[in-house]
Parts: sequence; structure tokens; C-alpha cells
Amino acid sequence: MDEYSIVTDSLTKRFGDLVAVDHVSFSVKKGEIFGFLGPNGAGKTTTIRMLCTLSRPSDGSATVAGFDIVKGDNQVREHIGLVSEKMIMYDRLTAYENLKLFAKLYNIPKQKMEEKIDELLKLVHMEKWKDAQIGTFSTGMKQRINVIRALLNEPKILFLDEPTLGLDPQSTAEIREFIRKINAENHTTIILTTHMMAEADLLCNRVGIIDHGKIVALDTPQALKKMISGEDMLVIELDISNLTNGMAEILQKNECVKALTRLSDTRLKVQAVGANAFGSILDTVKSQGGILQSVKNLQPTLEDVFLHITGREVRDEASSKVKETRHHGPPGMRSNNRVR
Amino acid sequence: MGFKQTINHSVWICWKDLLEFTRSKMGLIMVIIMPLFMMIMVGFIFPDSAATIEDAPIAVANLDSGPLGGNFTANLEYVNSETGMMTLTSADGMEDIRSQIYEGKIDGGIVISENFTADLLAGRQGTIAIMTDQSNPQMSMQVQAALSMTITQMGSGAAMANLNQTYGIPANETLAAIKPYTVEVESLIPNDPSYFQFVAPGIMAMVVMMSLMTGLPHAISYEKDTGTLDGMLVAPIRRLSIILGKVLAQTSRGMLQGLIILVLAILLFGVTIYGNVLLVFFIMFLAVFSFVGLGILITSFSDKEETASMMMMTLMFPMMFLGGVFFPIEQMPGFMQTISQFLPLTYATSALRKVMILGAGIDSIMTEILFMLAFGLIFLAVAVPMFKRAMNR
Repeated sequence: MDEYSIVTDSLTKRFGDLVAVDHVSFSVKKGEIFGFLGPNGAGKTTTIRMLCTLSRPSDGSATVAGFDIVKGDNQVREHIGLVSEKMIMYDRLTAYENLKLFAKLYNIPKQKMEEKIDELLKLVHMEKWKDAQIGTFSTGMKQRINVIRALLNEPKILFLDEPTLGLDPQSTAEIREFIRKINAENHTTIILTTHMMAEADLLCNRVGIIDHGKIVALDTPQALKKMISGEDMLVIELDISNLTNGMAEILQKNECVKALTRLSDTRLKVQAVGANAFGSILDTVKSQGGILQSVKNLQPTLEDVFLHITGREVRDEASSKVKETRHHGPPGMRSNNRVR
Repeated sequence: MGFKQTINHSVWICWKDLLEFTRSKMGLIMVIIMPLFMMIMVGFIFPDSAATIEDAPIAVANLDSGPLGGNFTANLEYVNSETGMMTLTSADGMEDIRSQIYEGKIDGGIVISENFTADLLAGRQGTIAIMTDQSNPQMSMQVQAALSMTITQMGSGAAMANLNQTYGIPANETLAAIKPYTVEVESLIPNDPSYFQFVAPGIMAMVVMMSLMTGLPHAISYEKDTGTLDGMLVAPIRRLSIILGKVLAQTSRGMLQGLIILVLAILLFGVTIYGNVLLVFFIMFLAVFSFVGLGILITSFSDKEETASMMMMTLMFPMMFLGGVFFPIEQMPGFMQTISQFLPLTYATSALRKVMILGAGIDSIMTEILFMLAFGLIFLAVAVPMFKRAMNR
């Protein structure tokens, strides 16, 4: 048991008739970055809230840092830090006052508190803003303070619920870098939930895909991707300068093509299966008189894995308007019977 | 986790709440303006007593054919010129007065009957009819009282003159002959208490109640809505520290408002405190204590800030009106009086009134103190476990 930070056993949460988390069992190793992937409402946040002792499980059990989340809730709290979806910060207080309040709640002695606050502020390059009110900060600045607030008590396990939601690309990159750094330097176990597949792919050692309250796949990102590429899955990006809707439709009818996404006026992303899939697709393009500018062989992403397993796409609200996805064949064909 | 740590955590949570509060300029201004508004409102809209009408437009119709009706009118004008209660105009008769009242020109009228002189000369009483605008009961009552008083006074004057002239009783003894008794009011305190003196202690109790009952659920539900409450819940502190911290912060705010009212009442409205000021604060503190449990209970029941405020309002209004803040409880119907006997505000108001107006000591308000303590303890005993349960949903 010593090698695990978190062990859950049939963890279940019901809200009336709705089963938000349905008999979920998994373990997280010490020092691991573990990602929880899934669309909104899949049960990620509810699982995290139960593990953080904020919500009592309806059924099943779990230990966090070696303590039961119900019977040992206060011991669990000593060893965890939480960065939840909503920022835990008071706008009218300064960065320092916010950190001071939580340091006091964790019984950190005054001397150590001052050192710790300065050290953490320096870590996220916010020492200049120590005495400015949080309300005047940008979202990215707020989130940096929010993250270091969760680190005041030097937690063994850090829970991050959608830590980069709504941040600009620069802050997103910084927060990701910071997460990696904490994990590498302090061996802090990190539980991360996200609906951004790329984020999970970049950060996580292992990923659990959760849908409708159940874990439908759990492995390293590489293994998950191999799971679909192992069946000769080909993911390519075609750049056709004279691309038309008709051409895309005919391409979609090619029996090798499993899914087709129009990326822009000229670019298409194609998922295909079959020994001669690549040749067959090129032939179709040629036969339609398409002028092929370039072909990129794309690695399958976790997004492709999720699509493959659930038959649905995890949509980022913002990007869903831009993307236009077309599935080949009836949706029922892509069932999740290949999940082992 | 020890008692000391629980207190320590709650003090820091209180520190945070008060710091947030002092950073909100609007909030600070409102803390002063709200009680000031309340005081000015009740201080000026409620009438002092029946005798304060001034320049009320009153029409007089003299239907009498004899000379005594004219005498009466002249006398009335003379008395009125001294009191200044009415502005007298003339009218043709009852019908004219009625229509003038309908038009809103006058508040009431006096009619001297046709046979006024004849009746008086024949040894009968002369009849004066009074008509008032009954659509405004308060005003109507005041006008009636003023008219009756004026006319009675004139009657006494006439009677005294009669006794002196007809029976030869010396002028300085005539008053004792027609009014053998006189009443002197011995008060407990030097001056007559104004309505304001009556209402100021009630408002203090009410504002303390309001700031706690609205402040506490707001403080907790707001943090629940914005997600910051999770930060405290995920820290290794007792749930009790969170409630305690919030209660401490809201109590300080409520007491501050109570103090502001007290100062305003003394400086602006001439209220005098006859009792011990420390005792006044002790009662305010007890009042806060008696509402705390109720406030926590409502917080536990409501999932959102909106629900909390609505529940608050529903409970607060009856308390405000049944707690004896504005109207004496004795004037209410029987079953309302019964309800008011179960409201802590009733006891807070009563205790504050006894101490502030009458200068009573602690032993005279034991009933009030015990009730507030009991009410507070019972509700806390129910509310704290409910709150803990609600936090673990």
C-alpha cells in the first residue's frame, strides 16, 4: 500500500436518482501526475471533491495519503492541497493576506509562514504584487496565487481541478510548467482533471478517461494511443489547395476513412484504418482532381482515443464552433467493445 | 484539535471577514446610513401625541339666529388664536362642510345648531356638531380631540362666568366648583419620553438582529457560491471554527451598528440613557446571541444565497412588527401577543427600553435575559449539527 497515494474502492456518489460517480476503483502511485479526462459532467469534479473530503461518498471507500476519506478526514486534509475550478481567493484581500489566512488555518508558525509565502511568491514571479489586492489581478495572476495557496502546507498530494480553464496561452504554459516543477522537485503526487486532451497528454504519467461516472480507460497516454494505432489507425492531415465540399464528401465515403474533420478551407484531418489506407486515400484525392500540397502524418492524440472509446468527441466549448466533424457511418458502429 | 486552536482559527476567519468588510467603501457607508435612515424615518413620520396639530383647516357654520352663536364663534377664534391649532374659515352648513371635506379643502367642521341661543336661554344645553375627515383616521382623531378640548374649555369658561355672576361665588373658586378633581402625572423619569425615546431601543435591537440575520447567511452562502468556502473546508480545521469566525465577524458588525444608533439617538434626537451603558451593551450582545442559532439554521437549510435572503425576509418582517419595536405589544390582538412572547426581539426590545428609558438595573430584566439565553442555546443546539451536516453534502 505504501507505494500508493490514493486507492479507491467502488467509490460512488449519488445525487438523488443521478449517479454522478459509479463504482470507480483506481489507484494513484506516489509521485505520479495522474490525469482525469472527460467531458463536462462526466464525474471528474465529484470524484475530486470526495477525495478532498468536501463531499461524502454514497458508497465505496477511498484512502488518500493513507487515511480513510471519511473516518480520517482531518488527517487527509493535513496532507492535501486543492486548486478547484472556482478560485479560492478573496478579491478584497491582498495576495499576502490571502496566503496568510490559509497559513494560519494550517497552523504554520509565523516565522516559517513569512519565509514560505516569500518563497512561493518568488516561485511564480509574483513577489512584486505581494501587497496588491487580488481584485486588481488578471485571471492568470490570480491563478498563480491560487496555485501557491494550495502549496502552503507542503501537501503530499495536490488536486488540480481544471487549473488552466479560461487562462491565456502564456499563463496556461506557465501553470503547466509549474505543475511539472512541483512534481519533479517535491515529488508531490498530482491529480489533475481536465477536459483538454492535449493538456493531459503533455503532463500526465497516467490518464483515466471517465464518462458517465465510470472509468472507461486507464493507462499511460502512450499506451492509450497505441491501443488505437495498434489497429493500423492512420491519422493524417491533407492540404488540398482546391478542396471542395463535394471532394470531402467523396473522401468520407472511402471505406478506409473512419472520421474526417475539416480543419480549414484547404486542410482536412483524416482518421483511417486498413493496410492500404494511405494509398487508397491518395488515390481518391487524385481521382477527384485534388491538388495535394502536403500530407502530414499525425500521431493519434488522446482526443482520438476518447473519440474511439466513447464514439463522441470531447468538445472544448470554444473550439466546438470552429470545428466541423463528420463521422463515417452510423454512430453505433463505433462502439466501445474494443476497450479491455 | 484543541479548544485553543478552534478559537484561534475562528479569530483568523473573523479577521478575514472584517478586513474584507472594511475594504468595501459602500458597505462601510451603508453601515452608517442604514441606521440613520431608520432613525429619521421613524423619528419623524410617527406622531408625537394627539395635541400637536397645527393650523388644521376647519370650517365653522353658524346656523344660530340668536346672539349666543356669534359669541361662541368669537370665543372660539379667541381661544384658537392662543393655541394656533386651527385655521378657521366659514361655511354655510353641514352640507357645505361635507362637500369641502370631500374636496380636501378642510380637515373638519363645526356646526352651531339653529336653536343654540334658544336652548341656552331655556336652560337646556346648546348643541355643537363636529364633522371630521374620517378617511384619515389618525388626523380625524386628532382634530376631534382638539375640537372637543377647545369646546370643553370654552364650556368651562362659560360655566365659571355663570357661577360667578349668578351665584356670587368668587372668581378664583369657580374652577374648583365645576372641576373638583385635578390629575397630576408623577413620572419615573424627569421628562416626558417622546415617541423617539420609546422607539430608539427597539431600533437598536432590530438593527442588531437584522445585521446578524442577514449578514450571517449571506457571509456563508456567498462563500459557498463563489467557491471560497471549499478553501476553508479543505483545511484541517473544525467546522465549528468556520461558524464561530463568521458569527464573531457579524456580531462585531451588528454591535458597531447598534453603537452608531445609540450615538445618533443621543446626538441628533435628544434621547437620554437613564440606565447603565455597559448594561445596554450586554443586552445587545445577548440579543445577538439569541439570533445566532436561527441565522445558522437558515444558512444550513438554504443551498444558495438567494434562498437564504428570501427565508431571512420571511422571518424578519413578522419579528420586526411583532417584537414591539414600533407599536406597544399591549395594543395588539390577543393571538399576536402570544406569538410575540416567543420572539427574542420582544425581550431584547423590552430589556433595552427598561434600561435606557427607565434606568432599570440588571435584576429587573432577569426574565428577558433568561429568555434570550434560552432561545439562543436551544437554536444553537439544533443549528450547529445541522450546519455540519449541510457542509458534508
